Amino acid sequence: MSQHSDASFPDLSAAIKRRLIEHVCETIEEHAEELTRLDKAVGDGDHGINMSRGVRAISAETEQLVQLETPRILQRVGMILVMNIGGAAGPIFGTFFMTLAKDFRTARDQASLAQIFEAGVESVCARGKSRPGQKTVIDVLAPLSGLLLSGKPLSLAAFSEAASAAAEATIPLQAQRGRASFLGARSIGHLDPGARSAELMIKAVCSVLAKECK
Amino acid sequence: MKKLINRPEDIVAESLEGLAISHSDILVVQPGARFVRRRTLGRGKVALVSGGGSGHDPLHAGFVGKGMLDAACMGEIFTSPTPDQIVAAINAVETGAGTLLVVKNYDGDVMNFDMAAEMCDHALRSILVTDDVSIPIDGRSTGARGVAGTLIVEKILGAAAEMGWPLDRLMILGERLVAQTKSMGVALTSCTVPANRTPTFELNDDEMELGVGIHGERGQTRVKLDNADAIARHLVSKVLQCLPVSESGDALILINGFGATPLIELNLMARSVDQAVRHAGLRPVRYLVGNYVTALDMAGCSVTITLLDAEIEALWDAPVHTSALRWGC
Repeated sequence: MSQHSDASFPDLSAAIKRRLIEHVCETIEEHAEELTRLDKAVGDGDHGINMSRGVRAISAETEQLVQLETPRILQRVGMILVMNIGGAAGPIFGTFFMTLAKDFRTARDQASLAQIFEAGVESVCARGKSRPGQKTVIDVLAPLSGLLLSGKPLSLAAFSEAASAAAEATIPLQAQRGRASFLGARSIGHLDPGARSAELMIKAVCSVLAKECK
Repeated sequence: MKKLINRPEDIVAESLEGLAISHSDILVVQPGARFVRRRTLGRGKVALVSGGGSGHDPLHAGFVGKGMLDAACMGEIFTSPTPDQIVAAINAVETGAGTLLVVKNYDGDVMNFDMAAEMCDHALRSILVTDDVSIPIDGRSTGARGVAGTLIVEKILGAAAEMGWPLDRLMILGERLVAQTKSMGVALTSCTVPANRTPTFELNDDEMELGVGIHGERGQTRVKLDNADAIARHLVSKVLQCLPVSESGDALILINGFGATPLIELNLMARSVDQAVRHAGLRPVRYLVGNYVTALDMAGCSVTITLLDAEIEALWDAPVHTSALRWGC
């Protein structure tokens, strides 16, 4: 969230793109068992397996991806997730990345990034016919979108912490979307696995950017 | 975990391959395409396509054939197939009369089939199956999920499509069928997703999970295990509460095992369910008993009741030739 104001961001270097792709994929792989454990409590116990299949498909294309411009990477990553994950997570994360890709070229400051991020969140709501408060990925994405839109100066560390707080805040919610909704009140008291995945990916992106783009 | 498998990640592909080998007279599996289609397509007939996560076998791949599905796309275990896969299946069986998709009501399935539908540019409609009655529909959930009643919807729509019914007439029939088909299930154990190696949840020897779906997931409530007659009475009463039952109507009853319950228990349950249904004033005139819409190795069963009229009864009786269901031809 650095303070360029007029021109669009210069594209990231191939080295940074590689670090971003590798770190997001590694983070999901490292937490795959935890994601599956969370899903066993409220779903059918395969979220980690599915996310891991998705990031492995991305990893396999790293060499080709880093040669592309960032919007094309986001587009391709979204497509890879949709075509490899299946279930609910494929369309949800895939739609988010593919929507970010659409206007990413216009990113030049926090305000324009906020617009792009907001469009991504709205596309996920539309795809899943969902809204905030239903114990889903949206409960992580929507508060972050709100933070960006507020226009308050925002550090990568603060953004990262907000993602964790938002994921944590899904615990007391009763699920109203996805398989967890079939549990009714028994879904209360569990961290939403999809929200945890979103948190992990956002934290991974922030940590690479904080290191590489001082 | 003890399973007859090679590698967990190859289960779906290798199992479909085996199905195609043992039923090569009626089925074709496109290598790498992750769908099964009928060997002989009916020209000018509406294509009936379904699919979903694997692990519910014989649903859906076992119901591909004459008088039922034209193609079934199978996702990973308990995971919806992807849009590209669904589009490939549709394109392989569409012959100009349009496509009818049969989708079980789960967010993942609905989203992937929606994305696939957006990618197709010919006449295409979907029927959403919502037969499970265990979840109160109070706007706080995704709505009723699709479970064993899917078999009945696929069989009857398949028969009508085989007779040349057009897409709009099939839609009306499908919606009517969904409205008069309801199910409820009980699990005695959970199941083991092979990649996880351990059961999704544990149940004590004296407990059962009421209102389960078909993914070895927890149900609505956990209660003390009861005898078959009492379980049957409970399931039947819940199902009938959700059906527009008229006096002395005819009914089709599906006693569906979840994969690990032997036929001797399912037949016994058929007797218990028959008593409960007759006691409620309905006349069971058609039965299907067996492991048809399963959750890997989950033990337990579901009861599905479809209210029959002459038209639906005739379509149920119409010839069908699939790997899992065959009669009349």
